[in-house]
Amino acid sequence: MTTFTDPSRESFRLSMLLYDTRYRSTTIQIVALIAFLTLVGWLVSNTAHNLADLGKEPSFGFLFEPSSYDINQTLIEYTSRSPHIRAAFVGLLNTLLVAAMGCALATVIGVIVGVLRLSKNWLIAKIMAVYIEVVRNVPVLLWIVLSMAIMIEILPQPSAFRGDNPEATMKLFDSVALTNRGIYIPEPLFSRSLGNIHLFGQSALNFDVSLDLIAIIAVLVAGFYVAHRIKLRADRIQEATGERPVTWYLSLGVIVVPLVVLLVALGANFGYPELKGFNFRGGTHLRNSLIALWLALSIYTATYIAEIVRAGILAISHGQTEAAAALGLRSHRIMSLVILPQALRVIIPPLISQYLNLTKNSSLAIAVGYMDITGTLMGITLNQTGRELETVMLGMLIYLTISLSISAVMNWYNKRVKLVER
Amino acid sequence: MTDLSYVRTEMLPEQAPPPTEVGVLGWLKENLFSTWYYSLLTFVALGFIYLVLAAIIPWMISPTWHAGSLDECRDILADMGRQGRFSGACWGVIRDRWVQMLFGFYPNTLFWRPILAFVLLGVALMPVLFGEYVPKRMVWFTALYPFIMPWLLWGGSVWTPLMVLAGFPIAYLIYKPVAAAAGTLTAVIVATVAAIVWWLFLAGPVSDGIQAILPLGLEPVVSRNFGGFMLSITIGVTAIAVSLPLGICLALGRKSDLLIVKSLSVGFIEFIRGVPLITLLFVASTLLNIFLPPGTDFDIILRVIIMATLFASAYIAEVVRGGLAGLPKGQYEGADSLGFDYWQAQRLIIMPQALKISIPGIVGVFIGLFKDTTLVSIIGLMDPLGLSNAIRADAAWNGIIWELYGFIALLFWIFCFGMSRYSMWLERKLETGHR
Repeated sequence: MTTFTDPSRESFRLSMLLYDTRYRSTTIQIVALIAFLTLVGWLVSNTAHNLADLGKEPSFGFLFEPSSYDINQTLIEYTSRSPHIRAAFVGLLNTLLVAAMGCALATVIGVIVGVLRLSKNWLIAKIMAVYIEVVRNVPVLLWIVLSMAIMIEILPQPSAFRGDNPEATMKLFDSVALTNRGIYIPEPLFSRSLGNIHLFGQSALNFDVSLDLIAIIAVLVAGFYVAHRIKLRADRIQEATGERPVTWYLSLGVIVVPLVVLLVALGANFGYPELKGFNFRGGTHLRNSLIALWLALSIYTATYIAEIVRAGILAISHGQTEAAAALGLRSHRIMSLVILPQALRVIIPPLISQYLNLTKNSSLAIAVGYMDITGTLMGITLNQTGRELETVMLGMLIYLTISLSISAVMNWYNKRVKLVER
Repeated sequence: MTDLSYVRTEMLPEQAPPPTEVGVLGWLKENLFSTWYYSLLTFVALGFIYLVLAAIIPWMISPTWHAGSLDECRDILADMGRQGRFSGACWGVIRDRWVQMLFGFYPNTLFWRPILAFVLLGVALMPVLFGEYVPKRMVWFTALYPFIMPWLLWGGSVWTPLMVLAGFPIAYLIYKPVAAAAGTLTAVIVATVAAIVWWLFLAGPVSDGIQAILPLGLEPVVSRNFGGFMLSITIGVTAIAVSLPLGICLALGRKSDLLIVKSLSVGFIEFIRGVPLITLLFVASTLLNIFLPPGTDFDIILRVIIMATLFASAYIAEVVRGGLAGLPKGQYEGADSLGFDYWQAQRLIIMPQALKISIPGIVGVFIGLFKDTTLVSIIGLMDPLGLSNAIRADAAWNGIIWELYGFIALLFWIFCFGMSRYSMWLERKLETGHR
């Protein structure tokens, strides 16, 4: 039996664009696209009009003009005759420096606090809870300016170190000087240095990399790789015979001995800071602004990391601990072999997003005068050249690149450790 | 078998547990001294607490409330025989500047206006925060509040907010006949267009006209005079209120099947989340005037609020997206099977559950946003941190640290901690026991 229930083909009417669900989504999309393009067009035409009124042509030529300002904390060689783009590059390296230092310290503090927060000792757990609640509920900018104020007001002046009976003394066997102009620490020197390798030739972004550093890193990596192979071999022997050979001295040896040999060969020694005239000479000078920013960002981000670590450990069901205990594992082996590998899966994605937050918060460096990318490119370069549009856009683009690269790493990790569910 | 005298025939009476297992002693043993290692930790912690308190409490007890400068504070303390930098707090700075910390440079005689605005803010928030404990009709006041607050704070003609408000009845009056004639959807579009035309082109001249005939209003206060916590709360509350609906829309856009809507939402969210707020504030302070038609010069506070709103909405969108992803697929299918259209399903089934899951995240974004209002000090607005720089640069208070930053930190802490406790309370209240 045939049924004739198919509706007769309607001819297309204009109202169907709105009322027919088949066409409505297209209508909405086209309207959205038109609205978006209109908005962009309007903004661009306004911008062009305004810039023409101001007599500015959008161009990035200014980046290659001499910057004519000094930057007090630089990782690469920089003078006031260097172009603006080199100043921006110095700023970018400074951003990455404080971000890397901050991430490392925040992770250390955060993990310790997060684990102690779960301590069975009531008092310790409460102290950690108070630390977390106090620090995270106060703006990070306040912590940054407060640390800076403390560094400037409370640490002694270099002149306090002078005389036979000085008010202040250097700490850690006369190797570290805490002053209100910054912290002076010993710097590693190599009397038989391998020299530097010069990258990017004569371009504005050229810089030197110490071959000594590369050699040390290479030896360390090789040492850890061999240690890893030794561990794998021990695993194999244990699987085959049930006996695990004692390997810790071998592992330690392959890491430490080549390193020591290399350091002796390079003639490694420390250059200690010394008070000369009105200031300290020698050693590495870490500016106040860097230290203040680093400490403030670390203690602030550490509270978030502590909560992440705590949540990650709590997310592992209690049965896992009990099962591991039933197998006869001791409590630290339970932590390292059963709980942590599972907790890391929960911990790492939010941890990376905290690293990202820390990197973005490092832009607050401008409040204490640390010359990061915000301070150089979007600060002094902007003020000197009057190129608001180009500098701010370029700065945003750089931050966006950093963020998206970190996100990409996170997505890759998430995909790798994703549980394969049955 | 008859005489086994060692077999008990009656129950032993219950014995009290050993005193070291119950009560205060038991608690101490369980929580503080369970092993030698924990005992050591406890003593270390007690020593730490003692050191901190021994440093802070004598410092806080310091009769310097009436001092007019840091030197005076030091003199008062020196008279008492207390020498040195940490001998005592200098509370004079708080007495001298607390009004400024709260209201910035707002005219003294007009303080009743921000105070009234924030008291009314509390009233307006009641139905939102504690819906079941207050009469339902208070929602109407909440709806009116966005028009009252700017008028109270900035002053000016009363007709401006009234005329802006009039856009809604006008839209409704247009909607009614058009809906009868041409159907609801057309009517909604026509009414929206009419309201926008009213707001953009007619409301201004009309309110000016009425103001010329019947001048009613408050003394205007320029944005330059805004400062202190008043500024933080104004920026924070406005940005929070606007960013929530915007963020929900962005999250829906990101989950949408419509390719263009989706890619626009994703692009916006990822861009905003990828840059620090301070760069967006630079855009607000230096670039927005370049992006807008020549001659527009609108208020710096408004520009900052717009940027803060966009910033927070991208983060809220991600939180809400997490909530949407957390819902089982059955909920969507259930809504479809009931024959709901997209908006009905979102309003009645999806959003109530998704928002409930995302409460902690949303409140976290709000707390972050409120803390981030301090960034406006970098572009030169006088929020508490901006004021603190000015105070520390003042000759009388040069060198003051802890009192000033402690005061600011305390105020921020109260707000942020309060918000996080409220979110925990709300979570518990909405907990239905199944996930």
